[in-house]
Amino acid sequence: MRRVFVIGTGLTKIGEHWDKSLRDLLTEAILMAVDDASIALNDIEAVYVGNMSSGYLQSQEHLGSLVATWLGIPGIAACKVEAACASGGASFHQAYLAVASGLYDCVVASGVEKMTDAITSDVTSALIMADDQEYVAYIGATFVGLNALVYRHYMEKYNVKQEKIAAFSVHCHKYAKYNPYAQFRKEVTLEDVMSSPMIADPIHLLEAAPIGDGAAAIVLCSEDFVSKLKLNREVEVLASTMATDAFSLYDREDITTLKATRIAAEKAYKIAKISPEDINVLEVHDAFSILGVIHLEDLGFAKKGEGWKLVEEGELEVDGKIPTNLFGGLKARGHPIGATGIYQIVEVTWQLQGKAGKCQVDNAEIGLAQSVGGVGGTVVINILKRVG
Amino acid sequence: MMVVESVPRYWRERKYRYRLIGSECKKCGKRYYPPRRVCLNCGSRELVEVKLVETGKVVSYTVIRVPPKEFQGLTPYVIALIELDDGTRLLSQLTDVAPEEVSTGMKVVATFRRVKEQSRDGIIEYGIKFKPI
Amino acid sequence: MKTIIDVGIVGYGAYIPIYRIKDIEIARVWGRSRVPIEEKAIAGPDEDTVTMSVEATKYALKRAMIDPKEIGAVYIGTESPAYAVKPSATIIAEAVGISGNILAVDMEFACRAGTTAMQNVIGLVASGMIKYGLAIGADVAQGRPGDELEFTAASGAAAFIIGKKEESLAIFEGSSSYATDTPDFWRREGEYYPRHFYRFTGAPAYFKHIVEAGRMLMEKLGLKPSDFRYAVFHQPNVKFPLRVCKMLGFSVEQVKPGLLVNLIGNTYAGSSLLGLAATLDLAKPGDRIVVVSVGSGACPGAFSIVTTVLIEEKRDKAPLVSELIKKKKYVDYAFYAKFRGKIRTR
Repeated sequence: MRRVFVIGTGLTKIGEHWDKSLRDLLTEAILMAVDDASIALNDIEAVYVGNMSSGYLQSQEHLGSLVATWLGIPGIAACKVEAACASGGASFHQAYLAVASGLYDCVVASGVEKMTDAITSDVTSALIMADDQEYVAYIGATFVGLNALVYRHYMEKYNVKQEKIAAFSVHCHKYAKYNPYAQFRKEVTLEDVMSSPMIADPIHLLEAAPIGDGAAAIVLCSEDFVSKLKLNREVEVLASTMATDAFSLYDREDITTLKATRIAAEKAYKIAKISPEDINVLEVHDAFSILGVIHLEDLGFAKKGEGWKLVEEGELEVDGKIPTNLFGGLKARGHPIGATGIYQIVEVTWQLQGKAGKCQVDNAEIGLAQSVGGVGGTVVINILKRVG
Repeated sequence: MMVVESVPRYWRERKYRYRLIGSECKKCGKRYYPPRRVCLNCGSRELVEVKLVETGKVVSYTVIRVPPKEFQGLTPYVIALIELDDGTRLLSQLTDVAPEEVSTGMKVVATFRRVKEQSRDGIIEYGIKFKPI
Repeated sequence: MKTIIDVGIVGYGAYIPIYRIKDIEIARVWGRSRVPIEEKAIAGPDEDTVTMSVEATKYALKRAMIDPKEIGAVYIGTESPAYAVKPSATIIAEAVGISGNILAVDMEFACRAGTTAMQNVIGLVASGMIKYGLAIGADVAQGRPGDELEFTAASGAAAFIIGKKEESLAIFEGSSSYATDTPDFWRREGEYYPRHFYRFTGAPAYFKHIVEAGRMLMEKLGLKPSDFRYAVFHQPNVKFPLRVCKMLGFSVEQVKPGLLVNLIGNTYAGSSLLGLAATLDLAKPGDRIVVVSVGSGACPGAFSIVTTVLIEEKRDKAPLVSELIKKKKYVDYAFYAKFRGKIRTR
């Protein structure tokens, strides 16, 4: 496999973009990434678009070809990549494979989601498409509801009070205030979180990632391409792995762990020749506070049932043992489903490039972004390293 | 916009949804609901249809307060991860019980209920829910 | 009407939803001072005639102890089917594992529909056309808000599996039926609630028909009221069955076990069949029971049934009516209206 480098990032602010369509957001993000990479549009050979709900909520499919034309470069290879909420991570994974395989030299990994054109009950219907339609959606489960089942079981199994887990949301908001692209930039207290309305017991509104629109993009290229154009090659992709778990909760032995995270992480650490201690900065897929805690355990940063301790002991802070979600995470930065995985990698890239401002982790050398689809039905792990 | 209405998509699952019929692996004995072709446990393709036990207990549950459109009339309602007395696990809605009456470990029994309407003039969909014993 | 060979009830099952609304709560909303019964049972938001029938049938199968695939006919009598056009009988059959080789029939005859279903099934079994037959009477009776009948219109179902006398817990001695054109209660196409003609539903309808059918039955079988241990009458309220029982010469003691209306309301097509089920729940072998149902329109149906020794061993295989009555949760008028679709959302 060839070496693959990240040379440009682009993104839109996340929020309710009443005046921007799906194609507007996507084009904006990719153009920004292209300019950031200092390449020409004609250098792009392929574009991957991570997205989950464009068909259902926008009646629009075929996003790859759509954006190729909208960028003024029809003729290139392009397609939509879908893995529920891991679509962004999966899009990056495809882009990585495209360059690593040797077939392409310069590609774009992007993600976009336009959620706010629909009312909440339709978005709720869209989200549960990540799980079994016939025997999970059919019985009235919502995506929040499934995570609530995990949350309650976790608390009972490990005897952990909800406040310890809800604190994850507080952490995310603390850092989002420095992120101009974040959907929510105000801090929240634990009290705010615990007194916010219940969506699906025990999950409070402020423990759940919001609904919002956004798009993000990354330019990846080969070593040849970098040297030919004499570009800055500060960030390299050390490993990109993907794994699945039993699709629905009813097929899992232990619903308090995501096997797909463990499988993908183990493979990624092996390929990158590192262990968890070597990670300097982390982006986990905290669609809900309970997931944030569980991911820390499954990625190897804490023992099962103890992930919440890292939050309490300040280890997730910018100067902690494992700085995590320093741009707000899904909770505060936002979660435009198919784009989130790309946002995470953009944020890791900035940390490695020293562009993280007030949230800069000292001497960040290796970063990991974890993108999760469904309740862990798919997990994509991307590990990046500063080389320049 | 509602999920696309379809009669055949509902119709082909009715036996399994009405009568709690799942699969049993002839090789290792593991039972599944919904039924499937390949055993997750041992990889065997020899699975047979089996009528599952209709009683079980609640493993975990939640109260849905922000529902999809078709379940709005029932809000707040309870969904649970249930383990049947024959070991099969499934997800189902609980009925005839108030949210505050539900607890982990609670014993429940299957009951045939109206699940939803495809639309006001579309077909009615039926299935199994669980209620306290 | 007598059958050539004896057939009887091989299994029976009752279903009453858990929700109850007190009549004084309905009276509170509509400004009434007197109420006909204490409380009535109402189907929950995820229940309908089909679901209640399925539960009642499953209980009947437990008592019958037969393979559902041996049932040759499914008849459901109701005036509140799930669909205006599309049978409920086929959904019920599929839900309990009855095979495709059956006669499936949905029938309507107001409150008589359940016993009409039973009458038909008796004929099919007795003729040798089928081995076992399933007859159900069920309704989610829709009470017009603010109307007199809203105080009693209730939800419930009863299922009876008919078969040969050797397997029966009760055997049919004979029945009587006659029909007249008596428009005491009706619903026009497109109308959501039925209408009735108040006092006309009494003497010229309910009383005349039940008394006629009861007398005809006893005359044909050469029986008198004292030959019966129990009597079950269709129960639109408490007063009517108590009055008609006296008119026919029965005592209140004979009627009491099957008189459920005060606590569950009038379950329409399920009414007399639920009364019968409650009576079978405590009858001893050799007890003779008369059931006189009547449906507006009008047609009464009277049956004479005698229990066998099998009643004692089959009875406890499914919940008793008294147990179902005890299992309850009260709702107020707002939730009652919501559950039963009386609040407009469009």
